[in-house]
Amino acid sequence: MAFMGDTMNPAPLWHNGPTPGAFYNFPGNSSTYGPGSHPASDFKAHSASPITTTTTVIGLKFDKGVVIAADTLGSYGSLARFRDCPRVMKVNDLILLGNGGDYADFQYLKDIIEQKIIDEKCIGDGLQLKPRSLHCWLTRVLYNKRSKMDPLWSNYVVAGIQDGEPFLGAVDKLGTAYEDAAIATGLGAYMATPLLREAVDKGGLDEQGAKALVQKCLEVLYYRDARAFQRYQLGVVTADGVTVEDLAEITPRWELAHMIHMK
Amino acid sequence: MFRNQYDSDVTVWSPQGRLHQVEYAMEAVKLGSATIGLKNKQFAVLIALKRAVSELSAYQKKIIPIDEHIGISISGLTADARMLSRFMRTECLNHKYAHDAPMPVGRLIGLVGNKMQICTQRYDKRPLGVGLLVAGYDDQGPHIYQTCPSANYFDCRAMAIGARSQSARTYLEKHLNTFMDCDLQELVAHGLRALRDTLPNEVDLNTKNVSIAIVGPKTPLRICDEAELSRFLALVEGEERRGGGASATGDAGAGPERDAPGDERDPQPAVAMDTE
Repeated sequence: MAFMGDTMNPAPLWHNGPTPGAFYNFPGNSSTYGPGSHPASDFKAHSASPITTTTTVIGLKFDKGVVIAADTLGSYGSLARFRDCPRVMKVNDLILLGNGGDYADFQYLKDIIEQKIIDEKCIGDGLQLKPRSLHCWLTRVLYNKRSKMDPLWSNYVVAGIQDGEPFLGAVDKLGTAYEDAAIATGLGAYMATPLLREAVDKGGLDEQGAKALVQKCLEVLYYRDARAFQRYQLGVVTADGVTVEDLAEITPRWELAHMIHMK
Repeated sequence: MFRNQYDSDVTVWSPQGRLHQVEYAMEAVKLGSATIGLKNKQFAVLIALKRAVSELSAYQKKIIPIDEHIGISISGLTADARMLSRFMRTECLNHKYAHDAPMPVGRLIGLVGNKMQICTQRYDKRPLGVGLLVAGYDDQGPHIYQTCPSANYFDCRAMAIGARSQSARTYLEKHLNTFMDCDLQELVAHGLRALRDTLPNEVDLNTKNVSIAIVGPKTPLRICDEAELSRFLALVEGEERRGGGASATGDAGAGPERDAPGDERDPQPAVAMDTE
């Protein structure tokens, strides 16, 4: 496991000695100017604030699984800069991951998570990472980064099947983590959560109902969130596995607009 | 000083293709007192014979708890075992911290195996002189693993290591097919009989020199206290000694029989294991 300390490679044979076939590296000599001889503190932090951002992710539990949805817009400030930024990700057969926030930070962590899954497959013992484990791991990673005053500017929504039961959890950029039956990040936390909670409290949500509700939330957000977009991605995880559906689009009905009276 | 020309260093090969220092380390395992691990469909059990260095000292601890779901039983150099057990505890804690889930037993053994291999390949290190039996329970059920100084590890249904453990292995091999389906009481009784087979005639098992650890579903690793020990010991009390190969009622096809009929107990320390 690449991130669990390196047990496969023991410490080097000796320190500060000549490398085999080379002369001794005197301090201040040009050979110490390589990238390896600079600690992270020598570099300027460039991304302590987000650049290309994405908005709401929605997660909702139903009777036999969990659904996650997010639009595909990458905003550059208020500019709708990139229109194809998928951010619902299949992790393995048990986990679906959604993200909102800085898109580069998501891409960075996505690569790490994918490598983690590959490493695990290479062990070949048939065990699979479970959603609660990934949720916990993300909490540790994000909290660790924020503690270095260099947060990964992202919200994560982890959905999956934990020992046969649906799991849904969220982690924010500070490492604050919680589980809930309905989760929405970004502006959706204010606008979608009430709609989702109403349905959850009523109970009896099935897959169809959950999908329809999430799509409704995305539509509401498209009307009211200036960083939202009509194209979106929806993923479902059940005991049968994870599916991320093809990109779909909201059909906007702007004729509703005259019903809104601003004072 | 040396037994032959090619054992001056761990990294030196003999012309026969052997690493003598590693093989000497394997011998260290046979110097420790015997310990047994076995499992059924739910539980993994460790049973160990404790020794007292002198009349004045307490019996030396043989079973070390690693985590809620893993325990090890040791044979060989205790100090090396303590180093390894500290490593295993750290790995279990780190895994629980990062993943909010207990460490899978097989993964932990893999890490231990890698750690032990490093010191069989470097001139400034020595192989660890300890063998472990690891009992654990995880999503894949109960496990018994054996590790050796040669850095090999084996997934076992039952295993015995340590002094005179060949007799115990003979017993285990003979009854191997019954373990999976028997209940916990019978499983421990089998383990105790196997352990008793390693004892010299004048010694018997008692609550002072036996240690038992049990782990299973919804059963965090438990090292039995004296009351529970005596309940388990009562299961095999009064039975005739020499269970291995001598019982006439034992089903014939149960397993290969190592002891030739009529063969008295071999007084030499038995061969603990192959290096391959």
